[in-house]
Amino acid sequence: MEYIYLDHAATTPMDQRVVEAMIPVMTEVFGNPSSVHSFGRKARQYLDTARRTIARSIHANEKELVFTSSGTEADNLAMIGTAVANKEKGNHIITTIQEHHAALHTAEYLEGQGFEVTYLPVDETGHINVDDLKEALRDETILVSVMYVNNETGIIQPIEAIAHVLKDHQAYFHTDAVQAFGLLDVNVNATDIDLLTISSHKINGPKGIGFLYVSKDVKIEALQFGGEQERKRRPGTENVASIAGFQKAVELLMAEKKERKQRYRDYKEQFMKQLSDNGVTYKINGEPEQGIASIINLSFPGTNVESLLTNFDLERIAASSGSACTAGSVEPSHVLAAMYGENHERTTNSIRFSFGSSNTKENVIEAANRVANIVKRVTN
Amino acid sequence: MSGGVDSSVAALLLKEEGYDVVGIFMKNWDDTDANGVCTATEDYDDVVRVCNQLDIPYFAVNFEKQYWDKVFTYFLNEYKAGRTPNPDVMCNKEIKFKAFLEHAMSLGADYLATGHYARVRENDGKYEMLRGIDANKDQTYFLNQLSEDVLEKVMFPLGHLNKNDVRKIAEDHDLVTATKKDSTGICFIGERNFKDFLSEYLPAQPGQMKTLDGIEKGRHDGLMYYTIGQRQGLGIGGAGEPWFVVGKSLNENVLYVGQGFDNEKLYSDGLIASDVNWINTVPDGAFSCTAKFRYRQNDSTVTVTKMENGKVYVEFSEKQRAITPGQAVVFYDGVVCLGGGTIDNIIKGEYYLDYVG
Repeated sequence: MEYIYLDHAATTPMDQRVVEAMIPVMTEVFGNPSSVHSFGRKARQYLDTARRTIARSIHANEKELVFTSSGTEADNLAMIGTAVANKEKGNHIITTIQEHHAALHTAEYLEGQGFEVTYLPVDETGHINVDDLKEALRDETILVSVMYVNNETGIIQPIEAIAHVLKDHQAYFHTDAVQAFGLLDVNVNATDIDLLTISSHKINGPKGIGFLYVSKDVKIEALQFGGEQERKRRPGTENVASIAGFQKAVELLMAEKKERKQRYRDYKEQFMKQLSDNGVTYKINGEPEQGIASIINLSFPGTNVESLLTNFDLERIAASSGSACTAGSVEPSHVLAAMYGENHERTTNSIRFSFGSSNTKENVIEAANRVANIVKRVTN
Repeated sequence: MSGGVDSSVAALLLKEEGYDVVGIFMKNWDDTDANGVCTATEDYDDVVRVCNQLDIPYFAVNFEKQYWDKVFTYFLNEYKAGRTPNPDVMCNKEIKFKAFLEHAMSLGADYLATGHYARVRENDGKYEMLRGIDANKDQTYFLNQLSEDVLEKVMFPLGHLNKNDVRKIAEDHDLVTATKKDSTGICFIGERNFKDFLSEYLPAQPGQMKTLDGIEKGRHDGLMYYTIGQRQGLGIGGAGEPWFVVGKSLNENVLYVGQGFDNEKLYSDGLIASDVNWINTVPDGAFSCTAKFRYRQNDSTVTVTKMENGKVYVEFSEKQRAITPGQAVVFYDGVVCLGGGTIDNIIKGEYYLDYVG
């Protein structure tokens, strides 16, 4: 039985062309980009090219890119780095209740450090409400962090409207665009975004590399200390091979985005149609029209995620849930809890399916058939 | 798989025999402390690492609610009633070989295997449970409530091994759990102090310690902290032989103590047990067999007579010391475990003992 991967929001397989772009860097370009000799210059050349290409993909200047080890690190740097650097302007931060833990736990950390944090609610459609933001905003607000696309529901957040609200306010606008970048057009200039997080492994690039876009006017402090890499905002010898792979992944993405978007959306619709044709009862979490092409979060009444995911895995289907399952403890999804209420059944019976490069029309239909069989079996 | 050496080796042996093995970790209790540390997290990490060594899939399942409802509630209720419960017997009956077995079957398993030291034998179409080869580790005492239907679906790959061999196999295969310390005591209490643990759930009511003749010997911290035959923690000094718990009065909140290991008040001639489970069919009339009244005790010869309501009358061939209400009595015919029940009443001569709680 074929293994079928429906968890591209967790991570994606590396594109073969990305691997091929990295190999020569790993085998031939071992210099330290900071070194003042030919070996260093060669590495620095790769770094510069990658930075320029990647910056262009979000309409940023290459000087505004800070490479990090991950999206998580970029979120930490964005939030802690600006909060600490701007505390004389105020100590109020706004974020949302449905952020990825990389941002949510950072906000909680900042609360512990004396900052005041407002967590905006999310409604049943999966959106935050811009009016809530307007209400929460104060003169002393220094940072607003709202994710571009929710990683569990795939719901696209009102990023442009938020940017518009913040246009004449001192608060910086940070958005975690990790789930958005692969399928949406992200333009930090047109949208007035101050800080933006991207991760490579969600777009068929290597793991261990991401970046934070930091608009040139943003005052930010580094979280670690050492050399002068990344314009002193992120010391540490650069991960040149991964950055080259990241560049390749971005190039492929820019060339193929339109086609991917259509294809992944077709997969998603095919998948749900097949479930319905098989007589499976499910509800879509969030407003499907506002969802990103690749992600769908489905609630299966009468089931629980723990049993479903185990059964899926034994049937060689890889999917996931927003619930954190550690050592047998299922923490209900904080996103679905925010949307539907703390003890709502959807928080413990929902599965996220996310489509991507490892799918074909055939394996999506096959996966839907297997999922349908399992759901029918466990609900009987 | 618990993350211990026994279940690790059980999985290894089955894998070597060619079974399609899936490791499942069961979380029944949350002991997350103020630092966010939970033993289940550590144990599950051991399961994960062993399964990766064996190249088998692994999953976790949560039975905290079922465990609370079926095992922990029983545990507290028994203490409240002045008895000494056996949560391991209840856990095997209600969780491991019921909820967990159902879970395994729902995942498409043919068998549930555990690292218990016991054996299953198919004998003429019926399934019997035999003692583990390692007399010191035999766990049939705790498995006495299993039914034949359950045993049909169960495998105990360690039943024919000694504990030393199990450790040796684990070491030979360099399993990460090879030298892990065996868990001791009641699983949800772990290494913690029993008194502290129990006091979090049941209000302790200190009272008087007396001899059965009514002589005051000091104070007790709460009847639930003491079990029949216990010597430690009484704090009675003075000359002569050491003091032991011989009984308790729940109504008067008095702990009865007596002097000498062989104090006559600790001995009895028979018992009544309830909730008796017979794994296979047993004779309707009175029959003779052996029995254990505690884990790791030598067998004693008894005569069993069935009563109504799933109760039995057990007559001892020789008088027994410190039979304790709430504990299990488990019956054997040679290597075969016949089943068992819960000790309710203790009989001496013609009478029920009225001072054992």
